[in-house]
Amino acid sequence: MKVSVQTGDFDTGLEIKNISKNSKIGAVASFVGLVRDVQMTLEHYPGMTERAIEKIVEEAKGRWRVMDCTVIHRYGVLQPNDQIVLVAVASAHRGDAFAACEFIMDYLKTQAPFWKKEQVAGGARWVEAKTADDEAAERWK
Amino acid sequence: MKVKVLYFASLREKIGKDAEEIELPAGVATVAALRRHLGGLGGVYENSFSTKILLRAAVNQDMVQPAAPINAGDEVAFFPPVTGG
Repeated sequence: MKVSVQTGDFDTGLEIKNISKNSKIGAVASFVGLVRDVQMTLEHYPGMTERAIEKIVEEAKGRWRVMDCTVIHRYGVLQPNDQIVLVAVASAHRGDAFAACEFIMDYLKTQAPFWKKEQVAGGARWVEAKTADDEAAERWK
Repeated sequence: MKVKVLYFASLREKIGKDAEEIELPAGVATVAALRRHLGGLGGVYENSFSTKILLRAAVNQDMVQPAAPINAGDEVAFFPPVTGG
């Protein structure tokens, strides 16, 4: 299991390879989130962020057969098309890998302390949380 | 008792600082009570902690509900709903 909150970019191919080494693993599902359209700055709560993500991963492990997992989330200044987040889950079969990957992503959206500030014409503005994200997390209950 | 209070994102900008030690009057023993206490400090605090503003809180780096208890020495964070991912 790997959880990393970092400023630098990540190599998705390499990260997937790193969690695919056990021969009992038959499926890896991954999600990569990218910056759309505008430059943004991501703030987070050092210490709590890692803890919050680890808790989400633990919860996923309690629900599905997760054999390995990597979550990387960047912070700081990011440009359009930059990678923001990677969730990759390895399991014996695809059902568990897909479900755990989506669950981790949905929970991360509502539970991990990150805040986006977008650079727009005339200044910067904080991104508002979406009800759709709360609903997405809620459906796993 | 004293607690360390942290602010993030738009709330941090409105308050104008990211952290402070606050001495709590007797009877302020939950996150909700602390929020009311901060809102009562006037100035930028009044608007920032108005009940109209949606805020989340964490105690010692765990996300909690408003009824969560706070104890001396706790790290209590207030912030807008998160927008990562």
